[in-house]
Amino acid sequence: MKGWIWRPITKMPLLDLSRANAPLRRVPAASIYIVSAGWAAWLFYLAATGGLGVEPIEALEHRYGLLALQILIAVLAITPLRQFTGLSLLRFRRAMGVSAFGFVLAHFLVWALLDVGAWGAIAADIVKRPYVTLGMVGFILLIPLALTSNDYAVRRMGAIRWRRLHKLGYLAALFGAVHFIWLVKGLQFEPLIYAAILLFLLSLRVRSRKSRAA
Amino acid sequence: MAKRWKNDLSIADVTPFAAYMNRRQIMAGAVGLIGATALGLGRANGQELVANSWDEITSYNNYYEFGTEKEDPRRNAGRLTTVPWTIEVDGLVDNPGTYDLAELIDGLEVEERIYRFRCVEAWSMVIPWNGIELADILNRVGVQDGANYVAFETVMRPDEMPGLRYPVLDWPYREGLRLDEAMHPLTIMATGIYGRPIPNQNGAPIRLVVPWKYGFKSIKSISRITLTRDEPFASWNRANSREYGFYSNVNPDVDHPRWSQATERRVGGGLFAGRQPTLMFNGYAAEVASLYEGMDLAAYY
Repeated sequence: MKGWIWRPITKMPLLDLSRANAPLRRVPAASIYIVSAGWAAWLFYLAATGGLGVEPIEALEHRYGLLALQILIAVLAITPLRQFTGLSLLRFRRAMGVSAFGFVLAHFLVWALLDVGAWGAIAADIVKRPYVTLGMVGFILLIPLALTSNDYAVRRMGAIRWRRLHKLGYLAALFGAVHFIWLVKGLQFEPLIYAAILLFLLSLRVRSRKSRAA
Repeated sequence: MAKRWKNDLSIADVTPFAAYMNRRQIMAGAVGLIGATALGLGRANGQELVANSWDEITSYNNYYEFGTEKEDPRRNAGRLTTVPWTIEVDGLVDNPGTYDLAELIDGLEVEERIYRFRCVEAWSMVIPWNGIELADILNRVGVQDGANYVAFETVMRPDEMPGLRYPVLDWPYREGLRLDEAMHPLTIMATGIYGRPIPNQNGAPIRLVVPWKYGFKSIKSISRITLTRDEPFASWNRANSREYGFYSNVNPDVDHPRWSQATERRVGGGLFAGRQPTLMFNGYAAEVASLYEGMDLAAYY
């Protein structure tokens, strides 16, 4: 188990939130799945009944995609959060990662089935439109991660190989962020902010590796 | 004077004002589609042309001066002062000057024009505009020989337009047309929708509507009109000329570099309506194709 845990960069947390750990231990990790599935279903219901505005296909597609990116970023923030605040959300990481994948899948399905709607056009978009290609690659990268998000896979693969594989999460999240930057019109800040947060999280990880090697 | 173009959609295609209010309530109910169809108010998929509801037309807008989300303009555009309104007319015209809007359009005929509206983002609506042919306004100010283009500018009021804080585009928003496009009877300056004054989020008090071009050409809340010899600055074209041509005629055969323009999502169709084919020149080929005779539309997109 030792290999799982990152050595803290600083001994003293910047902001001590570790007191929240004890009550959080009583929250079952499975509750993340219930909240995520419920949320996805609620958004679908809203879209089908006019609650997401007059153009529900685009709205639902964007809501699922944005949630996927946000949850992925949250997953990648769990380790630094523990380093800097002592708050440990490790127990929820697997459920959050699988939920993020679920939202990516939902995002893809809305796009493919409700928006584009024709196999030829779906294939053409994936091949011809670089931002779609990139989103698709990010989605495919997440598939092995979702499939190995269980104890059996961790045992089969061994912790080292498993961890190496799951570093793909960074790449997938970055592809998602660039996919978002690429699809907006004009110079807009929102997608750039997500990319900046991701690069920041990635830089923390690189620094933490360096300090560990020293 | 006006009446140079006749609607191919009639008032019968427009859901009556009272009925679409009712319809929205019916649609919201569990028996939505069945009930609406029974009442003859249903909207089928495909090319049946029924005007979008007031709510649809006024809640789903691209007007980046008020924010980049579709619902931002309705939320933020209320701050825009539209009375009084002046339009500066300059360049190659006989009677340049700063006109009061009412004075500029006084006595010109306001017609109802039910047009398809196709956004470059591949969504579309059908909108019953009330407007004046741009040609009538241009004839009033007197176009001089040597003028080849008409340039338009949207009002720029940072105090009233929160989106201007962000450099999404090189503000103020500007657009332009070739003179023959501007003089075409389909080209109107809209002042109303459904017989009511045009709401701020749709470009009050006066906006351009060029139904065979992508929506961003139809510049909103116009405060300046300039007749020019050379092709004028056009905001999206300048921001990314590979993606947004000066002409930007609706063309299903020429894709946007990032997405296909072959099909469109009809706003108001709901979650399961799918897409419908996009028509050449947005369905106005018979009227406007001759303007582009001999031009390679893939090169002049």
